[in-house]
Amino acid sequence: MSGPKTLFAKIWDDHVIEEQEDGTCLLYIDRHLVHEVTSPQAFEGLRQSGRKVRRPDATLAVPDHNVPTTDRSRGIADETSRIQVETLERNCAEFGIQLFDPLDIRQGIVHVIGPEQGFTLPGTTIVCGDSHTSTHGAFGALAFGIGTSEVEHVLATQTLLQKRPKTMRIAVEGELPPGVGAKDVILAIIGRIGTAGGTGHVIEYAGEVVRGLSMEGRMTICNMSIEAGARAGLVAPDDKTFAYLAGRPMAPKGALWEQAVAFWRTLPSDAGARYDKEVVLDASEIEPLVTWGTSPQDVVPVTGRVPDPAEESDPQRRAAMERALSYMGLEPGTPITEIRIDTVFIGSCTNARIEDLRTVARIVEGRRVAPGIRALVVPGSGLVKHQAEEEGIDRILRDAGFEWREPGCSMCLAMNPDKLAPGERCASTSNRNFEGRQGKGGRTHLVSPAMAAAAAIEGRFADVRKFL
Amino acid sequence: MEPFSKLEGIAAPLPMVNVDTDKIIPAHWLKTIERSGLGVGLFESLRYREDGSEAPDFILNREPWRRARILITGENFGCGSSREHAPWALLDYGIRCVIAPSFADIFFNNCFKNGILPIVLPRETVDALMAEAETAPDPVFTVDLEGQVILRPGGNAPVHFEVDPFKRHCLLEGLDDVGLTLQKVGKIDSYEEKSRREKPWLFRLAA
Repeated sequence: MSGPKTLFAKIWDDHVIEEQEDGTCLLYIDRHLVHEVTSPQAFEGLRQSGRKVRRPDATLAVPDHNVPTTDRSRGIADETSRIQVETLERNCAEFGIQLFDPLDIRQGIVHVIGPEQGFTLPGTTIVCGDSHTSTHGAFGALAFGIGTSEVEHVLATQTLLQKRPKTMRIAVEGELPPGVGAKDVILAIIGRIGTAGGTGHVIEYAGEVVRGLSMEGRMTICNMSIEAGARAGLVAPDDKTFAYLAGRPMAPKGALWEQAVAFWRTLPSDAGARYDKEVVLDASEIEPLVTWGTSPQDVVPVTGRVPDPAEESDPQRRAAMERALSYMGLEPGTPITEIRIDTVFIGSCTNARIEDLRTVARIVEGRRVAPGIRALVVPGSGLVKHQAEEEGIDRILRDAGFEWREPGCSMCLAMNPDKLAPGERCASTSNRNFEGRQGKGGRTHLVSPAMAAAAAIEGRFADVRKFL
Repeated sequence: MEPFSKLEGIAAPLPMVNVDTDKIIPAHWLKTIERSGLGVGLFESLRYREDGSEAPDFILNREPWRRARILITGENFGCGSSREHAPWALLDYGIRCVIAPSFADIFFNNCFKNGILPIVLPRETVDALMAEAETAPDPVFTVDLEGQVILRPGGNAPVHFEVDPFKRHCLLEGLDDVGLTLQKVGKIDSYEEKSRREKPWLFRLAA
């Protein structure tokens, strides 16, 4: 007899087809999302071995990493990007997989469209050749990123070989102060446990704050689980989850919906369930955060200063800090609000959903982007863009001086023409501040959408709380 | 996949922590639809100067480490993106073994799928091996997967390492996971039938 189970254990146990003696499990995969960058070699592998896609009906494809965010009606100018997108289209046609092409209003960032279409469902296993697949955990799905060899494995067998990960519960208790949002919560968590703190674990996010967040906010938190080292993050499904999914095109309908919801209600962790690690954060202590370095764990409150490597005792870490400050062009002790920026990027699978755009619009309405600042808004999907336009958000943002773009991954990883120039400094709502991530030599500071909006107005980092 | 049994080669020290997959292979290299040819982009931002010439101080641009087949590095190597292009780039360069105190999960798994052996050792041991790779006159190490042991230059005591038995087996034999799993297609069929009965909503996507 097993005792109380975690949400993770319920999903995992429900998907184990076979467990080998050494603990390696053959895990069934319910949903597979595919994009153009990590799939071509997998489809080629299938062709070479004469294999088929086992469940095309459980597979959904979309190009997002390479697509330009300007007018697409004349196709993609960059030849290698175009070939990669065309290769995805050809592969999907050959293997019978549904694809949203760049002109389809349903096209968008793979982790935005999965939930939006109701393809993402509670209690499922979801994979994609992309580390931010953890996003879908916001729905109480076990969702994680895989490499291309594993993409091929899932296409051919609808399974993966996996070792059971450990579990970590992170509870965020109390009440978030005004001006502090989901992005600050996850940055605070990464700052606390470190970029490898969740390695080998699946994180379940819990506590008053997480329960109180919208689905968009929960997605932002689960999205950056990988920046804490965890392949997957989870939030227990609840009425908010079901309300978000009800009526979505690929979500169950009628009697099947009722049956599904009844099952989903059994998923939350049982009282007394045990975790390998537990962490508690006090929400009242979280401030709007900005990253100063080249790892997502390098966080500091907007009221703080750039840290001093001389205070770090570990020589490898000190060397990493010195390298980061040199790359970022920052001096120790500089107040964060004195750091001037060149670019603002509002977008990515972390923060390009309707709620994020509404937040930005509320702050910039009636104000102007500071002179000389390039400010981009890249909605997460064609449907998010459409909804924002229905709500007049595009108007507010354009009037303030933002560029209103077509959906895609864009400047989060600079595979399309949206890039930083060497030395350019960006306030970005994305998820990674690695060297060169947004363009060779580009300097990325990760912030919330609200903080990005404040930075756009002031031309330097600013405490969003003064705009509330 | 090429089997991995015993690897004898020069080890290059890379004393950096949190080396992310963008640093191993920047995103612009990801536009390829092939697996090969990525070695030239390996560690691009560290390895080349602005004008595209080699950065003379970088370890892989110096003799004898230019011919490295083993990399010894800091904690959390391979963090960030799931791009399998990272192990493909290492492999294409000629590196088939990475030794570090810890690895990011996805990168770690991706290595095994490509005949690369990632070895986790305590930080002190890694630091010692890194120092030897830096200072030994001939920094040749031998990684013996069968015996789970690393033979060091200069006759220092061999270092034992742990490896997941199933992953070790697949590396030694050069096994293709997909082929192995497809031998279990009957079990997958039965699971799917049961899932279809119990969770029918997962099988009717009304797109």
